[in-house]
Amino acid sequence: MSPHLILRVVAKLLIPLIVVFGFYVQFHGEYGPGGGFQAGVIIAVAVILYALIFGIDAARRTVPPVAVRFGAALGVLIFAGVGIATLFMNGAGEPLNYLDYDALHPDQGHHTGQHYGIILIEIGVLTTVSSVMLAIFYAFAGRVPDIPDEEW
Amino acid sequence: MQFLADFLPAGVAMHAPALIVVIPLIAAALAALMPNGRVAWIVALLTSAAVALLSLNLLGQVISEGVVSYHMGGWAPPLGIEYRVDMLNVALLLLVGFVGLLCVIYALPSVGDEIAENKQALFYSAFLVCFAGLLGVTITGDAFNVFVFLEISSISTYVLIAMGAGKDRRALTASYNYLILGTIGATFFVIGVGFLYMATGTLNMADMAAILEANGHNRVTQAAFAFIVVGLGLKAAMFPLHVWLPNAYAFAPNFVTAFLASTATKVAFYALIRFLFSVFHPDVSFVEMSFVWLFAVVGTIAMVVASLQAVFQTDARRLLAYSSVAQVGYMMLGLGMGTASGLSAGLLHLMNHALMKGALFMALGAFALNFGVRRVKDLAGMGKTMPASAMAFTIAGLSLVGVPLTVGFTSKWYLVTAALERGWWWAVAALMLSSLLALAYVARLLSAIWMDSPPSHHGELMQRRLAPWMVLVPMSILALANIYFFFHADPLVWLARAAADAVMGGH
Repeated sequence: MSPHLILRVVAKLLIPLIVVFGFYVQFHGEYGPGGGFQAGVIIAVAVILYALIFGIDAARRTVPPVAVRFGAALGVLIFAGVGIATLFMNGAGEPLNYLDYDALHPDQGHHTGQHYGIILIEIGVLTTVSSVMLAIFYAFAGRVPDIPDEEW
Repeated sequence: MQFLADFLPAGVAMHAPALIVVIPLIAAALAALMPNGRVAWIVALLTSAAVALLSLNLLGQVISEGVVSYHMGGWAPPLGIEYRVDMLNVALLLLVGFVGLLCVIYALPSVGDEIAENKQALFYSAFLVCFAGLLGVTITGDAFNVFVFLEISSISTYVLIAMGAGKDRRALTASYNYLILGTIGATFFVIGVGFLYMATGTLNMADMAAILEANGHNRVTQAAFAFIVVGLGLKAAMFPLHVWLPNAYAFAPNFVTAFLASTATKVAFYALIRFLFSVFHPDVSFVEMSFVWLFAVVGTIAMVVASLQAVFQTDARRLLAYSSVAQVGYMMLGLGMGTASGLSAGLLHLMNHALMKGALFMALGAFALNFGVRRVKDLAGMGKTMPASAMAFTIAGLSLVGVPLTVGFTSKWYLVTAALERGWWWAVAALMLSSLLALAYVARLLSAIWMDSPPSHHGELMQRRLAPWMVLVPMSILALANIYFFFHADPLVWLARAAADAVMGGH
């Protein structure tokens, strides 16, 4: 019998809700308070809660540090890649500048392209922020102390 | 010069201002994903080569078309973020691009020796982030964007310096000190930008300058000026704010020291010039006063005091770090003259100093690579054991003193001429005194290298051991550039003059 039964049950209930709330903050970002950064932190919090209740090793098995490193780089690539993509997608024959979202949906005028653009880059922000939050957490939580705890 | 503007395809050239920052940023993310240090190094090498080409192309564009303005995301300034390239920052872009390229070539053997294999890919990633940050500070025309890029470059610099911990744990405290002071500097800078935003309602530098000129100055803008000067002064290691620099340079990996010494403080100094001349007007009374009573005075004190401190250092890189503080003093003095010739002399010294310090720190890195030496007295006999590196070190060292036939002489000559134009005899005297002190500390290094005999090991003298060619080539290029640009001074002098005219233009 696990000593932290209530904690474990409550955490199992909460973690999916936290992730869903994270995605709500993400996709509601253009209309209300929120966006990729906040959503990234919230989603990372779900994993951190998991690590606090079930142990750092279980969290490492679920979200391996390699995936975290990959995610941190991938987010930057998504964000910068949107900018690069706009350079190649000349909107309506007009050459457009870096990160000019109009290129993303030239048929439907200004707003649709801007809308797509902001969602795409926010996905990049989400990926990097949640990965980096986890990387920081893993780095601190996984640190082996110079002097073992028993020797204090 | 038209060929410089044309050698890249038109589609690339049109977006060059954005690409020069975006490519290192994307490459940083790619380098972090690479399986080992060698592949990440190839990414860094290709990136810095691309940046060097783009900076040449931008030079061509600025010469043939005047100021290049790039609107991020298609949003026109002053609302949108504008990347703005004129003669002043294209000179800095060239400097960062080409010195960056040479440093990256140098990096492979040096980083392989100093950084643990499993951290090398991330190390190059941090370097590329720093590179992107420095280029971003230089190219942007948006005051808040300067802050963002300054922080990008600074935060990655803290990491890069801390990576020296593999050889010497003191790198951690050096990096931590720099982190605290650098953050204070960045905070001061952003407070200053905030005040300016409060006073003008815009973040675009050109727009700020126009509104400040129309509305005049008040206490808010004066406070903004003070905050910005202190904040950027900290980043540029302006004399009393330089305490973070000697340890940071002494304990960072050799490649990082060579790169930072020849680019990072220069870029901060550029940002200072940009704010003093392009945002604030040099004719405004408090700006004009700061030239004489702040920059000239502080610069002169730095030239003498920091050189004096350098003479008594035992660690070779700390010695050169104090010398860097003194050299920033020369640039401050040039800036403090407040004339086009003074500013251009300061900028010329900025470029020349990058050539000297790049070669000097690379040579010290080569000594450390082969024999693991760091202290001045341990350099004994390097003239016999590592003649090529010692030769490069000697050339750059003489250039640092300002011996004729080297660029150090050229820039000191221009500084003296500019000082005499203003009738500042005391500045000439300080320049002479500082050069004598430079002679003293360079002589300490050179006498150890050439006069002392190599240490013996079990009764046998140390054998000759050449540095790897990837160390020798970039080091020799920088050292020979020190001589080449004495005989062909025109390109650099012209660049410095055009850069100074670009900001002093209408004044």
